[in-house]
Amino acid sequence: MLTPLHYLVLSALVFCLGLYAVLTRRNGVAILMGIELMLNAANINLVAFNKYGAPGAMQGQIFALIVITLAACEAAVGLSLILAAYRSLETIYVDEINLMKW
Amino acid sequence: MTQNVWLIPLMPLLAFVLIIWRGDRLPGRGAFVSIAGIVLAGLGGLQLLGEVGMGARADLTYRWVTLGNHPLTVGFVVDPLSAVMAAMVGVVASLITIYSVGYMHGDPRFSRFFAYLSLFQFSMLFLVLADNFLFIYAGWELVGLCSYLLIGFWFERPSAARAALKAFITTRVGDFSMMIGILILFLHTHTLNFTEVFKGIEAGQIGGPLLTAAAILVFGGAVGKSAQVPLHVWLPDAMEGPTPVSALIHAATMVAAGVYLVARTFPLFILSPAHNALWVVAWIGGITALFAATMGVVEDDIKRVLAYSTVSQLGYMMMGLGVLGYSAGMFHLITHAFFKALLFLGAGSVIHAVATNNMKEMGGLAKAMPVTFWTFLVATLALTGIPPFSGFFSKDAILLAAYTQNKALWLIGTIGAFVTALYMGRLMWYTFAGSYRGAAATAGGHDAPGGTAHGGGHPHESPRVMTVPLVILAVCSIFLGLAEHPFGRFVRFPGVEEPASNTGLLLFSVLVAAAGWLAAGAIYRWRIVPSTALRRWFGPLYTLLVRKYFVDDFYGWVFLRAGWAVIWLAGAFDRYVVDGLVNAVGWLAGRFGWFLRSLQTGREENYLLLIFLGVVVIVLVRLVR
Amino acid sequence: MTGEVIAFYALAAVLLLSGVVVVASPNIVHSAVALIPAFLGVTGIYILLNAEFLAGVQVLIYAGAITVLILFVIMLTEGGTGLRLRQRNEQGPIGVVVAVLMAALLITGVMHTAWSRAAGALPAYTPGAIGQSFLGPNLLVFEGTSIVLLVSLVGAIIIARKEE
Repeated sequence: MLTPLHYLVLSALVFCLGLYAVLTRRNGVAILMGIELMLNAANINLVAFNKYGAPGAMQGQIFALIVITLAACEAAVGLSLILAAYRSLETIYVDEINLMKW
Repeated sequence: MTQNVWLIPLMPLLAFVLIIWRGDRLPGRGAFVSIAGIVLAGLGGLQLLGEVGMGARADLTYRWVTLGNHPLTVGFVVDPLSAVMAAMVGVVASLITIYSVGYMHGDPRFSRFFAYLSLFQFSMLFLVLADNFLFIYAGWELVGLCSYLLIGFWFERPSAARAALKAFITTRVGDFSMMIGILILFLHTHTLNFTEVFKGIEAGQIGGPLLTAAAILVFGGAVGKSAQVPLHVWLPDAMEGPTPVSALIHAATMVAAGVYLVARTFPLFILSPAHNALWVVAWIGGITALFAATMGVVEDDIKRVLAYSTVSQLGYMMMGLGVLGYSAGMFHLITHAFFKALLFLGAGSVIHAVATNNMKEMGGLAKAMPVTFWTFLVATLALTGIPPFSGFFSKDAILLAAYTQNKALWLIGTIGAFVTALYMGRLMWYTFAGSYRGAAATAGGHDAPGGTAHGGGHPHESPRVMTVPLVILAVCSIFLGLAEHPFGRFVRFPGVEEPASNTGLLLFSVLVAAAGWLAAGAIYRWRIVPSTALRRWFGPLYTLLVRKYFVDDFYGWVFLRAGWAVIWLAGAFDRYVVDGLVNAVGWLAGRFGWFLRSLQTGREENYLLLIFLGVVVIVLVRLVR
Repeated sequence: MTGEVIAFYALAAVLLLSGVVVVASPNIVHSAVALIPAFLGVTGIYILLNAEFLAGVQVLIYAGAITVLILFVIMLTEGGTGLRLRQRNEQGPIGVVVAVLMAALLITGVMHTAWSRAAGALPAYTPGAIGQSFLGPNLLVFEGTSIVLLVSLVGAIIIARKEE
């Protein structure tokens, strides 16, 4: 019998995977991939609560849909930023981008 | 005058204020104002003496402050003791102030000298008229200050500056002891008024060993101020000051304040169990009398011989008080004031003429300076106790009292009398007899850097402004002796009786003094036993005396070096501990700031890590609680 | 053991394993490609949760567009040339610790909460319900999102454009 707990635990694990990627990866694109994972984990949460917590309305799924949309926008813009950075700085490793550091 | 006794110290105080304020623009550059101040005070003192002689007594008190339920009163006392002191101080100080006009002539700080003299006169008169410990202590400190100012009057001379500091610090040790004694008394009797304190002691508020301790501590102040052993070291050095200062402060008045203090607080000593405190006073006095006299024999500086003589005579006075010779000790104080002042002024006259203090360079001055010589001779005869001069009566009264109380002290006193005659005889032979040994005319003397001495060559008599006071003092030295018995009836302590007269003793004392004179003549004038031979035979003794029994060296080693060590320690503590702490705080702040700054890496991943780490920590802490 | 539960565990395994590859692989291209099974896993989860429309959108957008986009950018920047370089930065170990702790805390918190089951059931045809909702109560969100899409489209083009 599936309970909300299953989904919540799953989404917590996926979230923390994504967190690990954001914290420790050097490649800018890899960081963005981690962010996508985190967003997906949030989505799982939303949809699970929609089914088990408030099945009357579709709010959870709507919310998740919007999140997907916005994730796509953010990925687009973020990746274009990485491209632009690569063009002028010759690197996409975030710890090598230190022009403004003391 | 009895009811307005506060006028007496007021006169010199006003003179001081005026001279400080207007100084050189006053008539006589301040001298006349100063003389007027002290002469008025002296006349007031004499009138007071007359009134008290007629039986007037008074204790003028004013309530000063109320502590809890104990009112603190201060004021002035009029009784025989304070009256004779006030009169003596007034008369002697007047004569010395007049003398100073001639002596300090030409000094660039002439008016300031008279200002200091007036301040001292005020302080001394205030001290002797005080009826409570507070006023007497205030006067005590003030005279100490004036002594410092006047010893170091020619402060361009490093020896003078050092001597002034030595005087102040040494007497400070005594003052501290005195303050502790006063505080002990105050703690138990809750009052500072003399009569109230004595009543409190008789009522048993303080007794036994504590009373003896308090008495000895108060006596400590007298030890310092009257240059008794072991705090005698400052007085010989104090001769760096101008000679009128030596005469006034370090012969007649300030150093007598210690003796006056013991007399004024006599009940403390009488009431101490088995007269313990009194014996302390007597023995310290006796030892000082002999100790100082021996050092006077080997001094070449005329003023220093007189300084040691003063220390010795003060010892006699203390001893006199200590052996219950209350009137005898006080009488000796009065007579000593006159003839010692005369001796110093005479020495000043000599120094003024020959521009040196060294007796070995003098000689033959009897013919060149007759007035100085004859008055000096009168004073010396008085000092050595030759009848019918005043010193004979007062000193032998003390020896008589000593004989009846403690033969050992009498013996010390008598030996001291022999040595006194020895060194005074030596002084007379060296200075006045024979022929002049001085160098040819030299400008600038040992005593006056202002160049007021006339130089050697042909010494001549001093001006009348200096010789007239000498004559007046000489007259007093001759005739004051007659006042011994009236004085004994006038200034006495109830319960203390005069010992019966002992003619054999008197005769013996005179013989001892005469023997001393003859010995001096034998060694120094007729060269029967030349002093150089004596110096060879008694080599170690001579060294001991010349080095002042090594007391100064001992003090230097123990106290001065210890003091320097403490100073160094305090400095090091301040530099390393206190400053170190402050610097450490600053250094710590810097390090912490550097650490915090290194948190700002500018890198997103670091910040994110810290955020999530923070979340984890907060939740964990919340869970643990 | 119902089929649901088995499916859930299978999909969870797929999702988690490929997620590990995404975050831990030293080869960036491997990470990017492993995103696809991860997203497909999520799709399965959505289907289990009766969100069919969402599952479809997930495949289209995530597994389709975004993954391809990521691969594009990887190839445009360094592609296969930086494959030998170190991919983990210096806070690797602490990052592991923080992530594990975070997961532990979240799971503990979730397990200690009593999740109540609400009554009711989802509508049978969710795409229709979603559509009705977008043009009904959630119209503002819908329109707003479209504007965001437009803006990000324009922005991405401008930022990534080659300078003339």
